[in-house]
Amino acid sequence: MNNLLVLPLLIPLCTAVALIFLKEKIAAQRLVSAAGALANLAVCCLIVHQVRERGIQTLHMGGWAPPYGIVFVADMLAALLVLTTAVAGLACLVYAFRSIGESRERNYFYPSFQFLLSGVYGSFLTGDIFNLFVCFEVLLIASYALIALGGTKRQLRESLKYLLINIVSSTLFVAAVAYLYAAVGTLNMAHLAERVAEAGQGGMLNVIAVLFLIVFSLKAGLFLFYWLPGSYAAPPYAVRAVFGALLTKVGLYAIIRIFTLVFVHDPLISHSLIGWMAAATMILGSIGAVAYSDMSRILNYNVVIAVGFIAFGISIATSDALNGVVFYLMHDMIAKALLFLLGGLIAAAAGTDRLQEMGGLIRQYPLIGWMFFVLALALVGVPPLSGFAGKVMIIRSGFAEGAYALAAIGLASSFAVLYSLIKVFRHAFWGIERGPKREIAGLRGQMAAAAGLFVLMVAMGLGSEWVYSFVSQAGEVLMQPEIYIRAVLGR
Amino acid sequence: MEGLMSLCIGILFAVGVYLILSKSLLRIILGTSLLTHSVHLLLMTMAGLKTGAAPLLGEKAKAVVDPLPQALILTSIVISFGVTAFFFVLAYRAYQTLGTDDVEELRGDEDE
Repeated sequence: MNNLLVLPLLIPLCTAVALIFLKEKIAAQRLVSAAGALANLAVCCLIVHQVRERGIQTLHMGGWAPPYGIVFVADMLAALLVLTTAVAGLACLVYAFRSIGESRERNYFYPSFQFLLSGVYGSFLTGDIFNLFVCFEVLLIASYALIALGGTKRQLRESLKYLLINIVSSTLFVAAVAYLYAAVGTLNMAHLAERVAEAGQGGMLNVIAVLFLIVFSLKAGLFLFYWLPGSYAAPPYAVRAVFGALLTKVGLYAIIRIFTLVFVHDPLISHSLIGWMAAATMILGSIGAVAYSDMSRILNYNVVIAVGFIAFGISIATSDALNGVVFYLMHDMIAKALLFLLGGLIAAAAGTDRLQEMGGLIRQYPLIGWMFFVLALALVGVPPLSGFAGKVMIIRSGFAEGAYALAAIGLASSFAVLYSLIKVFRHAFWGIERGPKREIAGLRGQMAAAAGLFVLMVAMGLGSEWVYSFVSQAGEVLMQPEIYIRAVLGR
Repeated sequence: MEGLMSLCIGILFAVGVYLILSKSLLRIILGTSLLTHSVHLLLMTMAGLKTGAAPLLGEKAKAVVDPLPQALILTSIVISFGVTAFFFVLAYRAYQTLGTDDVEELRGDEDE
């Protein structure tokens, strides 16, 4: 029992409630939301420290022992993702202070932002599958508000589609929970794992597993990503950064959790099917990233490629691959947030999203240019940077396990990432200057947020060895679900 | 009894999916509410429809029906209420701003 675990959920929730009362006082809103984010960052560091020192931490809500009550579980994977969320969330918040505009701030932007974060934290920490659904809804409803806030034509159009696809996937989630409850009669994930192992993962449970895979793939943009490029192009860049960094990763986390803990007994489903979906995602994402000459589309398809790549790691499911998945997931959350923040700065500097109309920004904004360049290398996985360690672990285990085609597609998708991002860099920063020089309002604050993430990303790459010591602890639990089950059920 | 309920749920699901695939935005929203109805009934049905008292301790009955799915359904109902209300308002706002409720005309175009 450890009451600290509820704080990552509780702090943003209380912050959001407090922010609702500060509607007209924008300075106070900023202060309170920043204080909330900082407090949460500190709590998350503490949780990671505790998990490292004392193993998996659990919290029985209301003192009801699992499987009867709701339990919050922080194994190393959840703790690391919660910490990364806190970092990325803080950076996006600071960026939003200077870029989001007063009319949005007056209309509950910050409360929605905090509600979204509390949903994300809840999804990472919960140990109960229906509670996972509720946390998903918390973050989704907040994301509906954020995607529609502002009410431009494009936002309205895209948020209708985003809303519809998520209602359908949530409905399927409830159906999947209903079937699972009928089959094994419990909702606690650790208890589920035990019951599924006892019942043997036959035809019925396989169908349920595939239904869960469909639901989480819709959320994560794994193969079923057709809603993603349009929807993520609608809101302002600060919101896109949160979406690109966090929302798809929550779906991926759910896939990792369910298919390393509960449905682990039939590799045909949990490995082959995810592998095929990963291959299709990487190929289609690469085609999209290479095809467009519109920066926001290119960035959105890069989110898709990364989802495919992480799913490739999940499908290999050796100890090395899962370590790689955890590492790459953390890297990608930070790098994707940074990518969208820099994309926002580029769009603001050039006054457009179209590559043909940009040019010559490097003279006026050298720092943005070189940060973007290094970020592109990090996303590709050039050695001293943070994308390398995860990528090499996943690809290496792909080859070791004989998944040559998948590993080759993974490598090829890196080239698509490189080509598409360097295309953005070349068009935006090189060449002749086009259009009038633009001064970006609040540039310094936005740069501070981006630079903070950038430094962290580089440090994560240089300190891979140190990060790996945490990551391997997370991978160990993923490889041996008994550790998780024992920690939760106390047997 | 479960068989009959399954049939009803199947019909609701089919009608919901059919409505979601239609052109008009209002039909789509109706389709989503039919879908949520069907999964709530599904939750109820999958927990078993055996006879028993309502889950109240004051009833002092020997057997009560499973209370857990009822709590799940209640949670899911309020969530889908909230989302549906938002969907309606969003559709209304989109109709005001975009001047159409035909989803075919809600495609993005290159010049935006």
